[in-house]
Amino acid sequence: MLNYFPEEVLEHVFDFLTSHRDRNAVSLVCKSWYAVERFSREKVFIGNCYTISPERLIARFPRVRSLTLKGKPHFADFNLVPHDWGGYVQPWIESMAKAGVNLEELRLKRMLVSDESLDLLANFFPNFKSLVLVSCDGFSTDGLAAIASNCRFLRELDLQENEIEDRRGQWLSCFPDSCTSLVSLNFACLKGEVNLLSLERLVARCRNLRSLRVNHAVPLDALQRILAQAPQLVDLGIGSFVHDPDSEIYNKIETGMQKCTSITSLSGFLDVTARCLPAVYTICRHLTSLNLSYAPGIYSDELVKLICHCNKLERLLVLDTIGDKGLGVVASTCKELQELRVFPSDLYGVGNAAVTEEGLVAISAGCRKLNSILYFCEQMTNAALIMVAKNCPNFIRFRLATFNPTAPDAVTMQPLDEGFGAIVKSCKGLKRLSVSGLLTDQVFLYMGRYAKQLEMLSIAFAGDSDKGMLYVLNGCKKLKKLEIRDSPFGNAALLADMGKYETMRSLWMSSCEVTLGACKTLAQKMPRLNVEVINESDQMEASVDDKHKVEKMYLYRTLVGPRKDAPDFVWTL
Amino acid sequence: MERAAVYDSDLNLKATELRLGLPGRDESEKQSSRNNKRSSAEMENSCDKDEQESAPAPKAQVVGWPPVRSYRKNILQHQKNESDLSGIFVKVSMDGAPYLRKIDLKVYKNYQDLLKALENMFKCSIGVYSEREGYNGSEFAPTYEDKDGDWMLVGDVPWDMFITSCKRLRIMKGSEAKGLGCL
Repeated sequence: MLNYFPEEVLEHVFDFLTSHRDRNAVSLVCKSWYAVERFSREKVFIGNCYTISPERLIARFPRVRSLTLKGKPHFADFNLVPHDWGGYVQPWIESMAKAGVNLEELRLKRMLVSDESLDLLANFFPNFKSLVLVSCDGFSTDGLAAIASNCRFLRELDLQENEIEDRRGQWLSCFPDSCTSLVSLNFACLKGEVNLLSLERLVARCRNLRSLRVNHAVPLDALQRILAQAPQLVDLGIGSFVHDPDSEIYNKIETGMQKCTSITSLSGFLDVTARCLPAVYTICRHLTSLNLSYAPGIYSDELVKLICHCNKLERLLVLDTIGDKGLGVVASTCKELQELRVFPSDLYGVGNAAVTEEGLVAISAGCRKLNSILYFCEQMTNAALIMVAKNCPNFIRFRLATFNPTAPDAVTMQPLDEGFGAIVKSCKGLKRLSVSGLLTDQVFLYMGRYAKQLEMLSIAFAGDSDKGMLYVLNGCKKLKKLEIRDSPFGNAALLADMGKYETMRSLWMSSCEVTLGACKTLAQKMPRLNVEVINESDQMEASVDDKHKVEKMYLYRTLVGPRKDAPDFVWTL
Repeated sequence: MERAAVYDSDLNLKATELRLGLPGRDESEKQSSRNNKRSSAEMENSCDKDEQESAPAPKAQVVGWPPVRSYRKNILQHQKNESDLSGIFVKVSMDGAPYLRKIDLKVYKNYQDLLKALENMFKCSIGVYSEREGYNGSEFAPTYEDKDGDWMLVGDVPWDMFITSCKRLRIMKGSEAKGLGCL
């Protein structure tokens, strides 16, 4: 009966569908729904920029206004993917400019962005409003200057963890006096100086500014002046928080903070004097999100004193200097906690106190609403993981990394199979899992059997044989992304169910037992997959032996065949 | 709390091949990739495995482990360098005071800041530095112990040099201080 509804009605109904997954599902129902849906879709999400070409995207969704693109595979974060592997945004921007797309929002992750791209973006899309760049690189402050100068209606400029070349220009001063539309400005990752006066003026005239995250070059006294102009802020990222706590400036900051009653998210402290922290205690009561993971040199006691005030916290990111004891305080204070990330504070040294399984257990016992965790620790035990699984059955994301990637149970010396087995068995909604420690094929048997909602799995230095990988491929029906490094999985596992990979976004395997021959076979049999072999050593050029083990393989489904921008060291088979 | 103790002490070059043996097999083969409580991440800019082979014992290094974003790694390293530079906390004693204090030298930008802070902290008046006469005319003189163990008058050397060489501070009282001013 729905087929007899006029298109406008269908379109109106589809307006309520915001998730791209829902829209994808709807477009598969029938041809008329497909047609209505494609003309009404404004937000497009592309998890792998090489799955489709810009031209085809624009042809299908001519009214696209917001585009999200992801480029390099996740393991690129850990230096496993060469810098110029790919993921260029330029062709996308060029195509959209040519087609006259009315682009308003661009969100990129792990992509290569050039100043030229930013310049195009700034000059060819008059309604451009929002730019979010996460873990991208290839551009400089000149590109930012272009955006600032030309995007008349810019609402959001959000730069998260990008490597941005500093050209010592005055990009922030490029925002014209007429720019009053900013709602969100995040330049915390910038390395260089900014014009403080320009920043203050910008904040003063953007009355709708909700989110401001500054970089380390913005000192405490400038922050105080900024806060005075923007008491309506909801999200604040502090740059430098260094000063003599006995000074007048410090007193001003303290009073200033008291006026900022809307701040619910706090981050930064890129440079900090711990004794200045009490100035933010008044804000702590309202905080739902706190990120201290980039704050150097705050010892456990001082962290704890701060966190004691944060009883509404839902999201906490800290360094492992907090210690197990500190996590105990978090457990008793932050009853609303949903997400916790504990990062390592010392990657090169030895013997600094880190966190252990005790901290994790304490958190699980105290924070029953916990659903997402990233935990770097010195050691782990099965007993602890079993306890955590019992306390917190609601995990959606569970990521553990022991400093020694093959560390056994610290007490029993057994593999951690049972512990992770308990996690996947108990957490029926688990979507993302990263395992670590000494692990045999058994843990993968558990995953295949219980992790039915699992979408993303990261494996490192784990397993005994092909059986491990097969358990996962056969059992995890919803698996979308699988990334494996340094594990003894080989050709038998890779080739057992080749059709599976068309149901997934991608598979990464590095330093495993897969040979070039097997990759070629896979590529031959599955034309709708791109099978890329990344080979940086000179060896491969000399001997193209099929029996040779492949250093790094990345395969992904695609509608457009092998990409044309692959560098020399990437072979698409 | 027991720590995992199955670490090998010799650096096996084979370990840097990043292969794993089966559990139950030779433990040393599996664990020889690290013999510390904690593995350390490779500090490198490219995926050049050759760098690993020349890594000195005892810390072996694995590319990309622990799995921390390079952005974060770079920040950590930068912060570590910064904190290594400045002297951080030093003890401050004042003649006649019942107990010592500690201050963080990194907080201050120059001698003026430091002296003002000291004056506040100890409720004394130190006065102004002059190259010829030191702090003559004031009741107190700030001195510090340098890396060689010598007691020096605060203010003679450039600020940056001072904070890296200062081990502790002592605010000397009147009569003793006059002696220093005459040098």
